[in-house]
Amino acid sequence: MRIHLQNFKKTFGDTTVIEDMNLTVEDGEMIALLGPSGCGKSTTLFAISGIHKINGGTLHFGDKDVTNLPAQERSVGVVFQNYALYPHMSVAQNIGFPLKVQKLKTAEINARVGEIAELVQIGNLLDRKPMQLSGGQQQRVALARALIRKPDVLLLDEPLANLDAKLRLEMRSEIRRLQRETGITAILVTHDQIEAMSMCDRIALMKDGRIEQISTPTQMYESPASHYVASFLGNPPISFLQAKADASLDLGHGNALPLPIGKAVQGELTLGIRPEHFGPQHDGPKISGQISFIEPQGREDLIDVMLPCGQKLRAIAPSGHGLKLEQDISWGTQMDRLHIFGADGTRL
Amino acid sequence: MRSRSNLFLIAILALISTPLVIMYVFQLIDSVSRPALGGFLPQTWELGNWRFLWETIDSARPSIWRVTFNTFVFAASTALLVCAFSITAAYALSRLNFPARRFFLAGLIMLHAFPTITLIIAIFIVLQFLGLYDSLIGVILVKAALELPFGIWIMKGFYDSVPWEIEMAGVQDGASRFRVWRELILPQVKPGLAALLIFSFLAGWSEFILPLVLAPGADAQVLATYMNAVIADDMRPDYGLFKAIGVFYALPVIAVYLLFQKQLMNIYGGGTKG
Repeated sequence: MRIHLQNFKKTFGDTTVIEDMNLTVEDGEMIALLGPSGCGKSTTLFAISGIHKINGGTLHFGDKDVTNLPAQERSVGVVFQNYALYPHMSVAQNIGFPLKVQKLKTAEINARVGEIAELVQIGNLLDRKPMQLSGGQQQRVALARALIRKPDVLLLDEPLANLDAKLRLEMRSEIRRLQRETGITAILVTHDQIEAMSMCDRIALMKDGRIEQISTPTQMYESPASHYVASFLGNPPISFLQAKADASLDLGHGNALPLPIGKAVQGELTLGIRPEHFGPQHDGPKISGQISFIEPQGREDLIDVMLPCGQKLRAIAPSGHGLKLEQDISWGTQMDRLHIFGADGTRL
Repeated sequence: MRSRSNLFLIAILALISTPLVIMYVFQLIDSVSRPALGGFLPQTWELGNWRFLWETIDSARPSIWRVTFNTFVFAASTALLVCAFSITAAYALSRLNFPARRFFLAGLIMLHAFPTITLIIAIFIVLQFLGLYDSLIGVILVKAALELPFGIWIMKGFYDSVPWEIEMAGVQDGASRFRVWRELILPQVKPGLAALLIFSFLAGWSEFILPLVLAPGADAQVLATYMNAVIADDMRPDYGLFKAIGVFYALPVIAVYLLFQKQLMNIYGGGTKG
């Protein structure tokens, strides 16, 4: 079901958290609301679910205006960060609760619970209480409970935040698999860029109650709309360098990069260079500096380079490079992957 | 090291509790014996002090079983009333947004600390006016009302510790707020409810002032006022009889404590969160 949020406004008391926000999620699409805490992503989610009232604007599920429908009458499945399973009910009762509310016959409830439990692979746990389940299993129960009604939209509020690293990896692909198999429209709220990039068709990156950029993960990574977007995506993060543009992009103290072709740039600028685009393995214009830190990661090493101008540049070098701390180096930069940001933070 | 410091603590506790233990022991011993005149060591053993169980100790007074039944009705009705109102009022205060919520909360704390005895004359007049003076129903209503602030406060603490998400999940699953409360939230606060039920039952069981002032007649007598009458009426008080009734009166309390220790402890577990 296509979700369309238009001119959405949300206030808490006197403070306006979100103003004039537009968001469209296509049918069957999984979209991430990504941003730091306090950016309004959960608020948006709970407005769509109906738990928070919308102060302005409209919300449509398909062609149906649900702006003023209470949460109970919207067909929305929610998975909460702490799963919010009902502790006194068995797994089967938890999953069946939404159907029990709809007054379906016990036989049909049981059949559908069994069906969805197979889908999320917890068919053998139906008699247990939530307390007796591991985090990953609780997560699956929560997913089953959210999906059993076959809702118009599935909302996931930081679903992986309470899991350990290994389970997180597993559940990431599991949630994506379920979303694909059921073909449900889904919205994922997360502050974790890797989750957003790996699980979703599109990402809406939010900042201070606004959507900063909305595009596919690759697009967002490769052509960030602003300084903020570039800094939010990527691990290890992108490095920023202050530069002055006239005949070249001058980094000071003898370091300079040629002007990018086809772009008219002038004055004070910020350059964004991702670690994987700078290092001993790259051709292209050289930047010189001194190695200030080496962080072995196994497959590759993370290297901090201190430039003579006092700015720091991060590089990824394949392991076995034999580099030492405080060694002077001069490495190539991939110019076609260089991001240039103007004084206001937008990408040029 | 640890066990030695524990021993030390136990020794101190024992020392402090000795007077209490002596009191209880003599309460029990004196109820089945007769000390020498002016002394306190038992001289003869006898069950005469327990005669109140099978005969009326004086013609003007109701039988002990009638009084015990009254006390039970009083304590049980108080407990049920307090629980019924507490689970709903506390939920509203904990979760619902309604006008003057802060005022109610503040009022609750104030009433909690209010010396209720100062209200007794006003209550007397109100009951008189309603025609409930000298009836068990009147005392039950008053006692329940006075116990309510405590009950609501305790239950609010338990409700506060139930995650909001459970409620949100219930609403999202399509259930009404009432159904969410009854089927999803109430089961989470059951331990608190059990504790409150026992606690307010015991509070009713041991209440003395309210029945004494508001229901002095023979029909509405409870064990506390019955005991008072036994010792106050006679020219020569029968302490043996008095102590035997005391033991009889305390037995259910001890039984309840022994049976429901765990549930009673809960009240300190969940009830502290404001």
